[in-house]
Amino acid sequence: MSDPTTDDGEPRFRRRSKTWEGGAVKWLFLACALVSILTTVGILVSLVINAWGFFTEIPIWDYLFGTRWSPILKPRDYGVLPLVSGTLLVTLIGALVAVPIGLASAIFLSEYAPDRLRRIIKPVLEILGGIPTVVYGYFALTWVTPQIQKILPDLLVFNALSAGLVLGLMIIPMVSSLSEDAMLAVPRSLKQAAYALGATRLEVSISIVVPAALSGVIAACIIGISRAIGETMLVTIAAGATPKLTLNPLESIQTMTAYIVQLSLGETPHGSLEFNTIFAVGLLLFFMTLVMNVGGHYVVRRWGLRYE
Amino acid sequence: MTETREGLDAPTVPKLFVNEHTASDESNTVIDVNKLDVHYGTFCAVRGVSMKIKENRVTAFIGPSGCGKSTVLRCFNRMNDLIPGARVTGEINFFGQDLYAAEVDPTEMRSRVGMVFQKPNPFPKSIYDNVAFGLKVNGYTGNYPDAVERSLKRAALWGEVKDRLKENALQLSGGQQQRLCIARALAPEPEVLLMDEPASALDPISTLAIEQLINDLCKDVSIIIVTHNMQQAARVSHETAFFMVNDDRAGYLVEFDDTSKIFTNPNDERTEAYITGRFS
Amino acid sequence: MRSPSSFNHHLGRRKILGSIALVMFMSSVVVGILGLVVLLAQILFQGLEWLSPELIFNFPSRHPEQAGLKAAIFGTVWLMGLTAAFTVPVGVGAAIYLEEYASENWLTRLIEVNIANLAGVPSIVYGLLGLALFVQWLSMGRSVLAGALTMSLLVLPIVILASREAIKAVPETYRQAAFALGATKWEVVRSVVLPSASPGVLTGIILAMSRAIGETAPVIAISALVYLTFIPQNPLDRFTVLPIQIFNWIARPQEDFRGLAAGGIIVLLIILLSMNALAVFLRNRYQKQSVE
Ligand SMILES: Nc1ncnc2c1ncn2[C@@H]1O[C@H](COP(=O)(O)OP(=O)(O)OP(=O)(O)O)[C@@H](O)[C@H]1O
Ligand SMILES: [Mg+2]
Repeated sequence: MSDPTTDDGEPRFRRRSKTWEGGAVKWLFLACALVSILTTVGILVSLVINAWGFFTEIPIWDYLFGTRWSPILKPRDYGVLPLVSGTLLVTLIGALVAVPIGLASAIFLSEYAPDRLRRIIKPVLEILGGIPTVVYGYFALTWVTPQIQKILPDLLVFNALSAGLVLGLMIIPMVSSLSEDAMLAVPRSLKQAAYALGATRLEVSISIVVPAALSGVIAACIIGISRAIGETMLVTIAAGATPKLTLNPLESIQTMTAYIVQLSLGETPHGSLEFNTIFAVGLLLFFMTLVMNVGGHYVVRRWGLRYE
Repeated sequence: MTETREGLDAPTVPKLFVNEHTASDESNTVIDVNKLDVHYGTFCAVRGVSMKIKENRVTAFIGPSGCGKSTVLRCFNRMNDLIPGARVTGEINFFGQDLYAAEVDPTEMRSRVGMVFQKPNPFPKSIYDNVAFGLKVNGYTGNYPDAVERSLKRAALWGEVKDRLKENALQLSGGQQQRLCIARALAPEPEVLLMDEPASALDPISTLAIEQLINDLCKDVSIIIVTHNMQQAARVSHETAFFMVNDDRAGYLVEFDDTSKIFTNPNDERTEAYITGRFS
Repeated sequence: MRSPSSFNHHLGRRKILGSIALVMFMSSVVVGILGLVVLLAQILFQGLEWLSPELIFNFPSRHPEQAGLKAAIFGTVWLMGLTAAFTVPVGVGAAIYLEEYASENWLTRLIEVNIANLAGVPSIVYGLLGLALFVQWLSMGRSVLAGALTMSLLVLPIVILASREAIKAVPETYRQAAFALGATKWEVVRSVVLPSASPGVLTGIILAMSRAIGETAPVIAISALVYLTFIPQNPLDRFTVLPIQIFNWIARPQEDFRGLAAGGIIVLLIILLSMNALAVFLRNRYQKQSVE
């Protein structure tokens, strides 16, 4: 390297062409990374612009607080609350199933299960989380509903209850694996200290591990619930298509997502008021899940304890 | 045991480190170890350890890294039960009762043998809740605030934290955290306190405070301390056990005697080599 | 010495409590596993008799015994091919940028936060984005191209996150060795980082694709529910995919179509399972390699 030129005076190492290449490559990769930003911008812009067409005709107040949703059949009404209540009802049932079961499974897997058992159970739960949601819809409609009908003969074929129960089953893996990660991150030294004081395994789990992992556990629940809010095919198939402002789980309802699918199925003319309703509903849905996700990340950042 | 000691917060220096009682004969045996073997899976970590730990004494475990000091220590409160694959054979008698007998409940037994770990590990809870934890799980029937105060005083921490008991324990300094862990371990009123290199993560001043504490505590608790610091062993302990590791990596007890004897006139030349730093 | 009266260990009570809790924890796990078993059993029970060559090789039909998945299978293949073609370069490129080029600044943080949030956006919302952006504004119509672009945006966060993990796992010493030989940054990335990260990247891509295969909602928003008796010939043709065809059959009232749907689900699950098995296989081989 001591002699940078060859005998005829030409530079021996010529890399100049490579410099612009390196620069161009970097910008190309940056462009790839920016696609994700553009996606977010695109989601916002496309939702807002099309929803704008809707809100110029229907006052936003009537939309947000109206209690009847009937955008196609006369008399027309554009109050979104029935769809919101449908979404929240199904989500609530799902959360009532998934949160306790998911957390209990996480505690079992992180504190009780021997390694070998955990290595068997975790992939099974992963499979559960990887099954397409139409399949869950099929299951809710053709198995869960008939089973419940044996106990409650009046139950409708499409109902919030079975959709919610299966939704819960669907998000168990998410709640359980995210909270298990949080619990596994609790330093072993804390557990040892608790055991050394004469605590039982249950006491160590409940009074040391869960509190120390609380931020991660809460985030897991929030993210799971946000997933439930956005879940589409399962509720489209099993929960019904009748927007109804009710909290009765035995009724047939319609969720926000199911409405979007229902309208997409028909070939509604683009740009019409009916067509734009799906963007108004989508915008609200987007904000609901955004608030939950940002909330989840905030919980971790704000209350997440850092251990070395 | 009910008397409380205040004014220990500021370390009052060296004279403490002269052991007041050196006579060993009239003491009771707290832990009697007989032919202890410990295996992790198929690996034999400790082989053939026999020793008698005396009441209200400080016993130091010294020896090269990996010779099984922590392993033996963990047998005394059955923390090895929590390690999958760990197997303890031989006999350990605690006040004459076999620790590993089928009817002994490790949970209850651990409340009678406290443990302090190498790195301070306070729970991410308030200072008060840290100390109260051991009281709660063991169903303490007395007055909680009094018991917490008593433990903190015994650990010479009360003066520094009495106005901030509700604060998170992680805000304390490393040395304070370790004394909090000692207070926490003392709260269930254990008869024996196991300390695994309790000062190795601390600064010299905090180390001094801990040593002083040990010297004081041994009036009513029997203490076993693992340390890599020869001077520390010499300063705080009445008796010293020297462990070594043989060629197949199994640890064994070389010599167990009065600290003064071990450090001035050991029986075994390997002990002497280790003490004087000529150990490979 | 301790006064024996000041502690009441309630050992019996605590042990019983512990056993009750353990039973509850275990039954929770069992509920999840049992749910999976019952689900699979129901589908096999309903669908096995409908598994036939017709199911694979026929176009959809009004008569359940003649109806098949041909259009949906080809549509899925088209959609996956195009989606992979868009997602892989962009996703891996973004991951390379974030791991190898990005400096710690507001833009990088924005991109990272943004990717994390995108992963939580409901898939139907992506469908609305695709409907507005690709179908309407870019006039692609309800085409497989529009569907694939939408699906790419949906699975991009998965590919980026997995690729970043794989790139992160490449030992720093490899890079230093290459730099010491006078390689430029791009040469290091191309000839050192990417090859050793490729099994991990590939695993991420397979997982993203298996997510995409099962996604229904966004594709419905793009393609609507069409009754197709042809195979897409070019990217601007209309299309349908497996889960939509299954959904279509579920939604019909006749019992026979339900069975057909279950048969279709079996086909879908077999495809998904083999993709996951491939990913697991790659992951294991990769882990073994990195140990050696
Ligand atoms: N949980 C475990 N599983 C398997 N082997 C272990 C485990 N803990 C310790 N060992 C092994 O047992 C032997 C003794 O370990 P131990 O921790 O008791 O040594 P030590 O004397 O305390 O060492 P140090 O002074 O470094 O703390 C070592 O060879 C160690 O590798
Ligand atoms: Mg040790």
